[in-house]
Amino acid sequence: MFSRKWMAAAALGSLLLTGHAMAEDKKVIAVSIPAADHGWTAGVVYHAQTAAKEINAAFPGVEVIVKTSPSAAEQVSAIEDLSASRKIDALVILPYSSEELTEPVKAIKEKGTFITVVDRGLTDPTVQSLYVAGDNIAVGRNTAKYMIDKLGGKGDVVVLRGIPTVIDDERIKGFQDAIAGTGLKVLDIQYAHWNSDEAFKLMQDYLAKYPHIDAVWANDDDMLLGVLEAVKQSGRTDIKLALGGNGMKDIVKKVIDGDTVTPVETPYPPSMIKTAIYMTMANLVGQAPVRGAVKLDAPLITKDNAKEYYFPDSPF
Amino acid sequence: MAVITGSPSTHRAGDLNITWTDVGPFLALAALLVAGFLINPDFLSATNLANVITRSAFIAIIAVGATFVISSGGLDLSVGSMAAFVTGITIMFMNAVAPHAGLWAIPAGMLVAILVGLLCGLANGLIVTIGRIEPFIATLGTMGIFRALITYLTDGGTIPIDRSLREAYRPVYFGTVGGIPIPILISVAVAAIASFVLYKMKYGRKCAAVGANEDVARYSGISIIKTRTIAYIVQGVCVAIAAICYVPRLGAATPTTGQLWELQVITAVVIGGTALRGGKGHVWGTVAGAVILELIANLMVLSDFVSEYLVAAVQGVIIIIAMLIQRFSNSK
Repeated sequence: MFSRKWMAAAALGSLLLTGHAMAEDKKVIAVSIPAADHGWTAGVVYHAQTAAKEINAAFPGVEVIVKTSPSAAEQVSAIEDLSASRKIDALVILPYSSEELTEPVKAIKEKGTFITVVDRGLTDPTVQSLYVAGDNIAVGRNTAKYMIDKLGGKGDVVVLRGIPTVIDDERIKGFQDAIAGTGLKVLDIQYAHWNSDEAFKLMQDYLAKYPHIDAVWANDDDMLLGVLEAVKQSGRTDIKLALGGNGMKDIVKKVIDGDTVTPVETPYPPSMIKTAIYMTMANLVGQAPVRGAVKLDAPLITKDNAKEYYFPDSPF
Repeated sequence: MAVITGSPSTHRAGDLNITWTDVGPFLALAALLVAGFLINPDFLSATNLANVITRSAFIAIIAVGATFVISSGGLDLSVGSMAAFVTGITIMFMNAVAPHAGLWAIPAGMLVAILVGLLCGLANGLIVTIGRIEPFIATLGTMGIFRALITYLTDGGTIPIDRSLREAYRPVYFGTVGGIPIPILISVAVAAIASFVLYKMKYGRKCAAVGANEDVARYSGISIIKTRTIAYIVQGVCVAIAAICYVPRLGAATPTTGQLWELQVITAVVIGGTALRGGKGHVWGTVAGAVILELIANLMVLSDFVSEYLVAAVQGVIIIIAMLIQRFSNSK
């Protein structure tokens, strides 16, 4: 009885020792992201896992661990557990919510961990060592600029917006600021909750309400799918442009294929998590300083550069 | 308690009251149509009405099933997630079979949908009846399970239907027979069968008896377990039929498919005149309720005087007014 316990303890001890030794050798990058619950977060999970696979294979001295969490509270537990069980050299985090995650991330920073924040900022920006995000205002602005250009400076536009959040507000603001003073007129703007079914219904209603529409802007690609289906059903030919945003693979494919109604796309790419992981690794492995805030632009995706943003294996 | 719930239901069995409860939702529907026309004459255009009624078909079909469940004294919160799950399985099956069976994949997939829906309903039913768990909690549990399963199957993204099937399947949502969109015909058929079962067959009377007063039903020799379980199975099959009509619309299943449908379904049933505590079910009222919900949403977009921020509040007010009209006409 006693000897068996003793053996178990010895085995456990040696296991811990080797585990410790391995952790000494490798630099650990923990990645904490929301679980996939819709298209965009599914893309984030895909790109984080791809980055982890690529880096773990290419750099034997680095270990990337990806943890997904279905809520803010569980994300807090996840990063606390990660940092309690081993030393983390860097944490790349896409926070569920700014308020709830700020303090827990700060606690991890105090242990000497390099902190990379992605997409949604923390309430205290001094916590982050590196900040990587897209540009929601540019998503709206660049779409608007293209429409103005393509429609010759005037036309009737209907807009579908998402869920009342900062992201949605910024996109709409970018769009409205860009069309101010031009002949482009927004006939209507309503929420469709970034949901393709709701967008389908809303577009049917827009089509019933307005006998003439020049262009549609859905500020997310999930909604654009519903819009296109409603336009197709109506058989209407007055709609010259139907644009989306985010960089969903189905829509990027349309751009590649030279679709006439959806000839361009504006990215708010989930691959930004991958950009952030690689930059963090550069700091850790290559001693390439990366501290600062990086705003990824939302350049128009056209037929020429679409390949750069096309990920056929991603779920999004 | 039994006396209190028992007395209004016997009261409702009087001739005049039944007519009022039956007519109520249709009065509300008519009032809404008139109001809509005054606000924007385009509201009554054939295309708009066809669009809106077609859109309401999913909720209407599922709500017909919910009329059975609620009438028998149960509740099912899992219908929206179940619809998403059935949609996902159906598309995956069709895609897998398509290379071998060609277009036969579509009818085969429909059968699979019905089978999966039936099993999901059976599971809900058994948990509630044999497991003796409150319907609210039991179906809240399965709601989470079905939602998680569809999220898992899609990796959080989308499962699109195979391109070779897309065009052939499209008419099931977008096609018409004799000028009437197919989903409308399907929901009318489902409602007609349901009202036959509920009003002309023995099972319908058992259903209402179990919902009105469990003890009395038990003493009359009605198997409560059997009656309720069958109601949940009917619900599952209705969800599957709705899924069959839903797939061709956007040709994809996503983790957000069918979100919050359960609330719309329950609202449609209650607007239709079926009491949430069980008792007599009103199938045609339920269908009217589903159409009313969709019409309100449509009217919000077609009218110009509601700010986009207040749409949900106005919808809530209209639903409450519709219920009050009914209650008022009931008490006469």
